[in-house]
Amino acid sequence: MSGHTEFQPTSAPAKWLERRLPILSLMHGAAIAFPTPKNLNYWWTFGGILMFCLGVQIITGVILVMHYTPHVDMAFASVEHIMRDVNYGWLIRYIHANGASMFFLAVYIHMFRGLYYGSYKEPRELIWILGMVSYLLMTAAAFFGYVLVWGQMSFWGATVITNLFGAIPLVGDYLLALLWGGFSVDNPTLNRLFSLHYLVPFLIAGVVVLHIWALHVPGNNNPLGIDVKGPQDTVTFHPYYTMKDTFAVVMFMLFFALFVFYAPNMLGEPDNYIEANRLSTPAHIVPEWYLLPFYAILRSIPDKLLGVIAMGVAIFVLFLVPWLDTSKVRSARFRPLYKQFFWIFLIDALILGYIGAKPAEGMYLLAGRIATAYYFAHFFIIMPILGLVETPKPLPESISKPVLGHAASGKAA
Amino acid sequence: MKHKMQIKLRSTLLAAALALPLAGTAQASEGAALKHVDWSFSGPFGTFDRAQLKRGFQVYKEVCAACHSIKYVSYRNLSEAGGPQFSEAEVKAIAAAGTVTDGPNADGEMFERPAEPKDRIVKPFPNDNAARAANNGALPPDLSLMTKARKNGPDYLYSLLTGYGDAPEGVVLADGMNYNHTFPGQQIAMPAPLSDDQVTYEDGTAASLDQMAQDVTAFLMWTAEPKLEDRHKLGFKVIIFLSILAGLLFATYKRIWKDQH
Repeated sequence: MSGHTEFQPTSAPAKWLERRLPILSLMHGAAIAFPTPKNLNYWWTFGGILMFCLGVQIITGVILVMHYTPHVDMAFASVEHIMRDVNYGWLIRYIHANGASMFFLAVYIHMFRGLYYGSYKEPRELIWILGMVSYLLMTAAAFFGYVLVWGQMSFWGATVITNLFGAIPLVGDYLLALLWGGFSVDNPTLNRLFSLHYLVPFLIAGVVVLHIWALHVPGNNNPLGIDVKGPQDTVTFHPYYTMKDTFAVVMFMLFFALFVFYAPNMLGEPDNYIEANRLSTPAHIVPEWYLLPFYAILRSIPDKLLGVIAMGVAIFVLFLVPWLDTSKVRSARFRPLYKQFFWIFLIDALILGYIGAKPAEGMYLLAGRIATAYYFAHFFIIMPILGLVETPKPLPESISKPVLGHAASGKAA
Repeated sequence: MKHKMQIKLRSTLLAAALALPLAGTAQASEGAALKHVDWSFSGPFGTFDRAQLKRGFQVYKEVCAACHSIKYVSYRNLSEAGGPQFSEAEVKAIAAAGTVTDGPNADGEMFERPAEPKDRIVKPFPNDNAARAANNGALPPDLSLMTKARKNGPDYLYSLLTGYGDAPEGVVLADGMNYNHTFPGQQIAMPAPLSDDQVTYEDGTAASLDQMAQDVTAFLMWTAEPKLEDRHKLGFKVIIFLSILAGLLFATYKRIWKDQH
């Protein structure tokens, strides 16, 4: 990680520190001198945006915990206390609540960017897998956090999701009792989810360190998907990408701010402004938007256990993508067929998201089943076959060549 | 040939995706379409109309408060910036009309005293069971967050309050239920709460059913979102600041990259 730097400390304290703990040269190598392909587009700024999102969630979360009470009789009221009585509590809470949505929006863009440009391919398989681990942890953290509000959708969402574990043969009931700390979602459940909600973000931060560490071994992929041939293909991370990423983060903040200040409840369910009531089930129990595609897959299978398995496979298949994709060419720019199927898959994922928000009946159920079948076909059939039958376009010689000669690379750039 | 087929498949899927929302609207006919009101608080520069909030509080106090609590609101909130902004003396007088149980005192006894600005607005019933017992088994919900707890809350509440009418022929109402166009299922336990001139507004505004429904809805939007004005104002500053910052950063970014193109 520090291999890219000839960093020499100049001041006496820096020399003193460097001799005992070479953290300054490590930081210099990782975030300043790090050679980065010069042709990265704006889709590559979402890594930095995701770091920003994680930071925002941790800082606002730590402040919210100072005012929140994890007890079934007081949780909902303590959230209202934050909204009404805590100085700028409304701001902190709306940032945290919308921040979860922004985090997922950014992570989905980051993941689809990886799928489009083949960023998961040799030698970057482990970067992708570590990214998937942090995505899985994110979904867990988001679910735990949503329950803490203790509104109707929190309670019933928790009931539906925890019950999925009950579908597991043999140990299901035992797992369920362990999760609940009793015989239904209740105060012990709220307490353990609160504890885990505080733990998981720090696990994510740890996995992100590994993700970036692994990234810094081969270096960034790039829109052409070809390897860096020499120093003429790269620029130093600072100031070139620190500046570009900072600009992108501020643009993202603008988008984020529109939700926080002008539509803070647009992405939430109105039912969650009703305190949890175990005697009254909401007409439609729906998760937050970012989990809807998986919810659609779960509900499109008539059998509970098989549905849970399908949902699990839908997530875990992403871990296998580096091996399911048999093509040696990384970037979809040079893969005429894969490029088409990438967009179809994106639309399929959006359709699943839409279906997940609708009642599982009639036409929705049928459309959900077709979209579910296509989701799995994309990974298990289309991806492996495409690599074998597709004739890729000729790859450019190097990164610096198409960058210098725009006419040669045509509209692909 | 292959290429064309893929494009066709893609556009077919897209067409299917676009057609789905239309199918959705046809099914979701739970209640009549909501009546839309041009609220003073909507839009990025929306603010509450103080006079309207005061009138709305009067409607709440004289009509709704007989059954519905607003338990997350304190009397002191009524004089705070961004709300109805009653004077502190007015709030003291409003509070004093309520009675709260306090204690224990030095003798270990609970005692009753008039409410003060620091207290939560006194609930009409001591608990849910008492509320049900007095209301034919139905529980009047707390209204503090009602405008955020329904889709398009303000329009929904206004439409509900003005949506009472006679049941159409063939519709049989359950015992003690009332017909309402807006309520899901059209049968609501609450009898029509408002009728023309039910309250006498202190500011002389004519108290039509429509006026009272709008006023009390605006008041309940404030109880649900008391920091709405702060939020809109701060948001404007943040957007301006971030826009300028983004412009400067973009110029710097372009300048730094100049030698690379």
